[in-house]
Amino acid sequence: MSPEDVRRALTRISHEIIEHNRGVRNLVLVGMRTRGIPLARRLAERLDEFEGVQVPVGELDITLYRDDIGMRSVQPLVGSTVIPVDVSGKTIVLVDDVLFTGRSVRAALDALIDYGRPKAIQLAVLIDRGHRELPIRPDYVGKNVPTSIEENVAVLLRETDGADGVEIRS
Amino acid sequence: MSVVVGEKIGAAAVQQGPRRHCLDLDDYSAEEIEHVLNTAEAMQEILARPVKKAPGLRGKMVVNCFYESSTRTRVSFEVAAKNLSADVVNFSAGGSSVEKGESLIDTAKTLVALGANVIIIRHSMAGAPHVVARNTGAAVINAGDGRHAHPSQALLDLYTMRARIGRLSGLKVAIVGDALHSRVARSNVHGLTRMGAEVILCGPATLLPVKLQLPGMRFEHDLDAIIGEVDVVMPLRIQKERAEGGLIPSLREYRQRWGLTAARMARMRPDALIMHPGPMNPGVEIDPEVAVAPQSVIESQVTNGVAIRMALLYLLAGVAM
Repeated sequence: MSPEDVRRALTRISHEIIEHNRGVRNLVLVGMRTRGIPLARRLAERLDEFEGVQVPVGELDITLYRDDIGMRSVQPLVGSTVIPVDVSGKTIVLVDDVLFTGRSVRAALDALIDYGRPKAIQLAVLIDRGHRELPIRPDYVGKNVPTSIEENVAVLLRETDGADGVEIRS
Repeated sequence: MSVVVGEKIGAAAVQQGPRRHCLDLDDYSAEEIEHVLNTAEAMQEILARPVKKAPGLRGKMVVNCFYESSTRTRVSFEVAAKNLSADVVNFSAGGSSVEKGESLIDTAKTLVALGANVIIIRHSMAGAPHVVARNTGAAVINAGDGRHAHPSQALLDLYTMRARIGRLSGLKVAIVGDALHSRVARSNVHGLTRMGAEVILCGPATLLPVKLQLPGMRFEHDLDAIIGEVDVVMPLRIQKERAEGGLIPSLREYRQRWGLTAARMARMRPDALIMHPGPMNPGVEIDPEVAVAPQSVIESQVTNGVAIRMALLYLLAGVAM
């Protein structure tokens, strides 16, 4: 995907979020560390542009909720979580770069529910690469990318990697 | 098993491969200390949530094994382990098979056979946690051994200083009082100097550990000579036995020369911090009004202790055996 493709996909997802929720009232965007966070911010910019409303953006670290915790020899770094508003009664749009097995999303759902009882949680991803291991499906998808299980999908963003783009690496 | 004060017990010899134990800070690199402090920062966020619980250590058993009395350290470790969803068992020597003569190693092995993944141990003998670490498969955290080390206390002190002042490197920290008998002082000297801070151990000559010599630390007898230039003042608890044993003339005279009084506080830099590892002797090493002054961070030390202990438990208990 080129930088232009990424931009268009995010613009379309923003419109879909507005359409699906009939506006952006009661909405909270929550980006999953690392690359879900800049994506959530970019979606928030567009929602502000289209609807004139500043939607709160949260940052979620799922390290402590992973199901493979304790199965590695060195513990992964725990990042910070910032949820700026009470999530109870809100519609949360969870944002991540790549949807793969669904295990990260499962962990994120557990983590979010520790902060309160949202009215609904929706899922937005830039890339859906398939190979789900859990019954999880996205509500908003930038691009479906069929991959083999051995391949890696690398999402690059200017905030974290200097430039936008999506590459398949094997 | 008793160790001469100032001699190195050799935590490094017990550790092989990825870190399994936290026995003292002398074998922690600056990067490793930094990693613990950063992890504690993430843990602090959990403490601010409505539901103060994350599943990071679900299914792990943590045993609090205290051969010496303690309030804040024991409760702090228990709260930390529970916040991470571990199962916590509290064991104290009184009322256990220790009274029937069971040895430390046998007790520890029994606890591991019962499923302990982490043993948190406090013992009056320096080196007791090292013995447990060598003889069991559990991760061991030293919660204070004799006069030797109290690494989790030093880490929470470092964390509190970094959170309040924004850095550790270049800080001037005065630890005042009975550093000779203090495991808190010893671990803080290791941790602070490793992070590039300067430590001044200040007190009467009879209470300074003159054998402890590390780059970045020095001794000073006159508190009034340094009080105006330090970033942190940490008075240590003076035990009444020290006066009875002839190490200090009297508690009153101690207060006059080394007590953190309101008059001395007034001569501190306005941004300097007042810390105390607790429990306090108000009116001896610290005046009651000083302990609750705006510069005092004694209460946040206690709260930060939970975050630091969550970080230690997560980093040590979570790894595959």
